[in-house]
Amino acid sequence: MSDNVPILNIKDLKVVYKTDLDTVEAVNDISLTIGKGKTLGLVGETGAGKTTTALSILRLLPAATGRILNGEVEFDGENLLELSEHQMQAYRGNRISMVFQDPMTSLNPVLTVGEQIAEAVSLHNDGLSKEAVDHRVEEVLQMVGILPERKVDYPHQFSGGMKQRVVIAMALCCEPDLLIADEPTTALDVTIQAQVLAMMRELRERLGMSMLMITHDLGIVAQTCDDVAIMYAGEILEAGTAEDIFTGEDHHPYTVGLFNSIPNLDSRAARLKPIPGLVPDPTDLPKGCVFSPRCEHCMDICRERRPETLRLGTHSLRCHLFTDRKEEEAK
Amino acid sequence: MSSETRVPVVKTVDLKKHFKLKGGALLHAVDGINMEIFEGETLGVVGESGCGKSTLGRTILKLIEPTSGKIYFKGEDITNYSVRQMRRLRQEMQIIFQDPYACLDARMSVIDIIAEYMFVHRLYKSKAETYARAAELMDQVGLARRYANSYPHELDGGRRQRIGIARALSLGPKMIVCDEPVSALDVSIQAQILNLLMDLQDELKLTYIFVTHDLSVVKHISNKIMVMYLGQCVELADSDELFQKPLHPYTKALLAAIPKPDITLRGKEQKLIRGEVSSPINVKPGCRFAARCEHCTEACHSKDPEFVEVEPNHFVSCFLVNGR
Repeated sequence: MSDNVPILNIKDLKVVYKTDLDTVEAVNDISLTIGKGKTLGLVGETGAGKTTTALSILRLLPAATGRILNGEVEFDGENLLELSEHQMQAYRGNRISMVFQDPMTSLNPVLTVGEQIAEAVSLHNDGLSKEAVDHRVEEVLQMVGILPERKVDYPHQFSGGMKQRVVIAMALCCEPDLLIADEPTTALDVTIQAQVLAMMRELRERLGMSMLMITHDLGIVAQTCDDVAIMYAGEILEAGTAEDIFTGEDHHPYTVGLFNSIPNLDSRAARLKPIPGLVPDPTDLPKGCVFSPRCEHCMDICRERRPETLRLGTHSLRCHLFTDRKEEEAK
Repeated sequence: MSSETRVPVVKTVDLKKHFKLKGGALLHAVDGINMEIFEGETLGVVGESGCGKSTLGRTILKLIEPTSGKIYFKGEDITNYSVRQMRRLRQEMQIIFQDPYACLDARMSVIDIIAEYMFVHRLYKSKAETYARAAELMDQVGLARRYANSYPHELDGGRRQRIGIARALSLGPKMIVCDEPVSALDVSIQAQILNLLMDLQDELKLTYIFVTHDLSVVKHISNKIMVMYLGQCVELADSDELFQKPLHPYTKALLAAIPKPDITLRGKEQKLIRGEVSSPINVKPGCRFAARCEHCTEACHSKDPEFVEVEPNHFVSCFLVNGR
């Protein structure tokens, strides 16, 4: 993580959704780093703030309610939050692109897929001839495993997996430095999911791009990501390399709970050990540690003070259970 | 499938459901399913979208009329039962739906939703008794009584699914078809609901037909697993046996495709199957999986493989395994 120049560096990002009635604290002071050519897996349940984080990077938060209150989003040395809307457009789709969760709703039903990909290509390559654009469209379709002849087809003529490939082709047509993939395979069947993931891994190697993989599936993270950040109620509770998270010893109780909640394919436990309770209401987050109401190790201090992020090499944890560890190391 | 003395709770014989489409084409949603399930067991039905697993669940409940074949409920042939005849049986067979947002009436309070079936079936003499039973059901599924007068939109997915479960239990069923009951939920909530379903099964000796696309969930909850592909059952075996010794190429591919939360497996070349599920409309004879199968031979394209018991309680329909 450290010897690599980061392509994306998020510092203390805080995002809220403000309505007349209440304020949703969607993302609370998170910091993330993605190294060049690396894939970061952002894991969490519904409402953890994963998508909000992604939208903040591209500055695509809903204009009426979304507000970035604090923080920096540094992409390749430039703080994206200080750019004008016009400057930002040069980044979107060109240097940073995004694949959304639902391929059915992210394509325009009245344009052929070729036209939709061509739009992105010509938008970011001024003065490219029609033939050159066409050629590029065929190239990217081929890259994602779709016959170039199918560029004249409309989205409804493709299956779900094929549509997701089209969306990925569109995101990759300008060879971005960073691809944000927001649950790219959640809507797909397992065998198709495996095909799409294998393709994304292969393209990432070939194009040398970095990736932010947003998912709730720890299996996908284990198979595709170099680094992992576990997000809960707008905070990153644990982060580190894939090895830290999957084979390391110390874990945040939430991470442990997540792992215990997945039915294991290899051993058949009689019962799962779910995390009790529910994700807190983001308009009314608990004082102290956000996970304290559901945590089996909850101590008095957890209900009162928000834990600091403790760094142990590449691994970082936000939990009072480990704060004494820091003191030991200081000695 | 040996036990002669025990009567299966549900048994189907060559069950088919073909939907007629515009222009006379036939969609083979369920195409010749044979299965049995005994009291207290869970049969997991897995397959990808469009394989007919939900249609199978609904046809067994006769929410959809079968095209041909037989359905037996506790030994009774219910295939041609009328709606009126079915009504008596409805108390014993229930369904839990996938989408806890769509299957509850938004204008009814929680307690009314749970009590509704009991009113329909006139289970209790008085209103008070019915509501008292509904409140008991709320306790049983772990839904705090303070939500009794809430409306579904005020509750999260996990609690809504608990309402669906309480409602299904309200008539004291023997068998419940669970149609993807946890796929709309987050993992931590999913685990809570799976535990609840398993506890209820022990307590009430329920029989489940558990329809899902998630293989790790199905392994966790089922005794027997049936793998479906394009309306047909390609493999049926005890849960552990199926995971340890999958025989059909499609089952193997499905198992290989699950991303496992274990980084030591990373980078190892997975075997991916090519292509996508073909159309269930006007299917040609031959193995349905042939077009995607790497072991495909002439025979696979010309005739249907038979569904053979290759080992006790392990059925497969594949020429490769059946040695022909």
